[in-house]
Amino acid sequence: MSILTDLLMMLLVLTNLRMLASSRVAVCIQNVAIQAVVLGAITFSLSAHAAIAAGVIVVAISTVAVKGLVLPWLLRRAMKGAGIGREIEPFVGYASSVLIGAVLLGLCFVIARPLRDTSHAGASMLIPVAMFTILTGLFIIISRRKALTQVLGYLTMENGVCVFGVSLAVEEPLLVEMGILLDVLVGVFVMGIVIHQINREFDHIDTDRLSVLKD
Amino acid sequence: MSPILLSAAVCFLLAGAVLCAMLSRAKAANAIGGIVAVVGAAVAIASAVHALQTGDETLQLPWSVPFGSFHISIDGLSAFFILAISAVCALGGVYGVSYLRHYKGKNLGASWFFFNLLFASMLMVVTAWNAVLFLAAWEVMSLSSFFLVTFEHERQEVRKAGWVYLISAHVGMACLLAMFILLGGQNQVMDFDQLALPPGVSAAAIFLLAVVGFGAKAGICPMHVWLPDAHPAAPSHVSAVMSGVMIKTGIYGILRTLTFLGSPASWPGWWGWTLLVAGAITGVVGILFALAQHDMKRVLAYSSIENVGVICLGLGLWMIGSAGGNTIIAALGLIGALLHVWNHAIFKSLMFLGAGAVVHATGTRNIEQLGGLLKPMKHTGVAFAIGSIAICGLPPFNGFVGEFLIYASAFGGIVGLGGSAPIACLLAIAALALIGGLAAVCFTRLFGIMFLGEPRSEVARHAHEAGVSMRVVLWILAGACVLVGLVGPLVAGVAALAAEDLLPSTGLDIGPSLGLLWRISGASAGLIVFAGAFWLLRRRLHAGRPIEKAGTWDCGYAEPTSRMQYTASSFSWPVIDMFRHVLRPTLTRQLPSGPFPGRAHLTSRTHDIFMRFFYVPLFAMAQRLGQSLRWVQHGRNQVYVLYIAVTLLALLLWKLGTEQ
Repeated sequence: MSILTDLLMMLLVLTNLRMLASSRVAVCIQNVAIQAVVLGAITFSLSAHAAIAAGVIVVAISTVAVKGLVLPWLLRRAMKGAGIGREIEPFVGYASSVLIGAVLLGLCFVIARPLRDTSHAGASMLIPVAMFTILTGLFIIISRRKALTQVLGYLTMENGVCVFGVSLAVEEPLLVEMGILLDVLVGVFVMGIVIHQINREFDHIDTDRLSVLKD
Repeated sequence: MSPILLSAAVCFLLAGAVLCAMLSRAKAANAIGGIVAVVGAAVAIASAVHALQTGDETLQLPWSVPFGSFHISIDGLSAFFILAISAVCALGGVYGVSYLRHYKGKNLGASWFFFNLLFASMLMVVTAWNAVLFLAAWEVMSLSSFFLVTFEHERQEVRKAGWVYLISAHVGMACLLAMFILLGGQNQVMDFDQLALPPGVSAAAIFLLAVVGFGAKAGICPMHVWLPDAHPAAPSHVSAVMSGVMIKTGIYGILRTLTFLGSPASWPGWWGWTLLVAGAITGVVGILFALAQHDMKRVLAYSSIENVGVICLGLGLWMIGSAGGNTIIAALGLIGALLHVWNHAIFKSLMFLGAGAVVHATGTRNIEQLGGLLKPMKHTGVAFAIGSIAICGLPPFNGFVGEFLIYASAFGGIVGLGGSAPIACLLAIAALALIGGLAAVCFTRLFGIMFLGEPRSEVARHAHEAGVSMRVVLWILAGACVLVGLVGPLVAGVAALAAEDLLPSTGLDIGPSLGLLWRISGASAGLIVFAGAFWLLRRRLHAGRPIEKAGTWDCGYAEPTSRMQYTASSFSWPVIDMFRHVLRPTLTRQLPSGPFPGRAHLTSRTHDIFMRFFYVPLFAMAQRLGQSLRWVQHGRNQVYVLYIAVTLLALLLWKLGTEQ
């Protein structure tokens, strides 16, 4: 089973790199949806060692449903509402983003070496990949201009946190998982509304031009 | 039994406080707030008396806070402070009901909520037996008094006073946190009965943290700067409670902390020196600045600082006596200091409430505007006079008893102690004498300018006597001044119960000293009888004769006006001029000149030197440093997230690096 897990991990890394490289918002949204499906699959593949508990199935299915279907639908709507097709002029260009992503990936493998003991015996790549996903999300928040892309960065980071949770123990308390999921759902819901309102008020959603509110 | 009773009192006060906050009608909140304070005080006093009779009792309930437990205990020291706190809060509550009635349109429910919360938290502070519970109560006490100080928050100087108080309270709190972590962090215990100096921790550091942390509340110089601003800003009954008892919780804190640091005989001598020198400086600086103020409540606030100085002098003598192995000198110093805690609670609340009655009648706190108030405000005036005599430490009233014991301890130390201790005792005597003399000038000035002579303004001319309930409270406190002066030895006996655990050896006989006190009581009683007899004689001589009222002899000048009197400034100027290098008064003047002088004026102001030359430059520097970091905050949330990401990564790498 560990081959399947490793394949899924690689898929996750690739989606992250695609996230860094693509300028189209629609592609990024699709990316986040793919990541959610991969996440669900990872949960299944890890728990395949033992008999699958009912709770795990519930968590995996609801993860896929919320992050793979509901959130992308919400975000697409926000995208259409704001009329944003692509992210123009990010703070860090796409080529350099991918390069930085590669450096981060290497860094994550270095960092994760002392942590490996605590994770699943069968999945040595879980921790570095989880950290890489988190850092990718953070990097997108830092380097992109549009509020919508930043929400996508937040979701990517959230996916990374989820992988981390999976890596530490398959059977996390059900309530905690569901709570996190609900948080993300509500968060993105609110952000979608806010983006819509910002766009209506200012005719753009460039966060760097919203810096008057400091102090 | 007694801790349960005390918890009941605290719960009752909290429930009453919440009830006051919820009442929408100001009148109902006002009445209920006062009643709650009185009933709570009665229950708390019962618990303290019970504890004094039966000895220490504890109550321990589990509490889910880390290291915390609901652990309260009442020993002699706690009971001693509970009595003072409850009595002053009850009287302040009664007085406050009629004092606050005239604030139309203010949220009185909130004011009473914080008043009763302050009362309850002070009770918890002096009985908490767990550091977490203690600190929580301490913080509630600071915050509730902050909200009481900012009652009239629409005035700018009140808001400023509130800020100064809030900052100084939290600087003190920071020291206390550090102190308790040093004390209990290693052994992971926070209960007072298990707290002891852990190995490897310097006792001196804990002592100094306690003096600074608790001193910020008590008003030990140079941490006293919040007092002269906060007391004039607060309503009078709040000033009375804060100055009368709340600042004393700082003294309680120092005493309680010292019990964790081993037996008194083992303390190094310089601890006593530290408290003694701090006390001497605090006392002299406090009374000097009191002399230079024009705002009556500011005078009283500085006088509170002076009295805390006197208490610290007593504590310093106690520690020096303990270090020198002389129990009797230590006991006299400590009992004197504790007695002064009670005495100051009595006469300072009397003075603040009296000042409140005057503010109420005239609408001004500036004593230069007053004068001749003794005629329209006979009751307030006489009570204020009794308080003034008591606060100067003059017989036959209570102030004398406490200061006498401190003097006795110092004189005993000159002959009974070796090493450098006699020098400390001489210093204490000199400081006490200087403080006493200056206090006599200060309160002669305060009373004389306010109550004697001719009214200096229209508002003083139309003054009226305070209401019945305010007068009753003033008379109770004035009566307490007289009573404690007469039965000083009995009160000293109660203080001795409180002091028992804090002395280097037990089974102490302070009988001979009490005998001397009884003789003083006799002389005081004689003085009072003598004065009463004179008054009766005067009445008899006046009886049946016509009494005429005429103007004061004006040296032949044709048109005397009420402005041709001593002013408060001119009265105190000789002393201020003598100490001008300490006080640094600022004068703006235009002197009369030429054969036909035109307009002339002179204004003198004396601001706090510590505020001017230490705190203001210090905080200005902190602000400049802060300004130079403003570029960090420029409103780009991308960069903010970058800060977080870089910090987390750096921490992670550092943590992993140290583990390998």
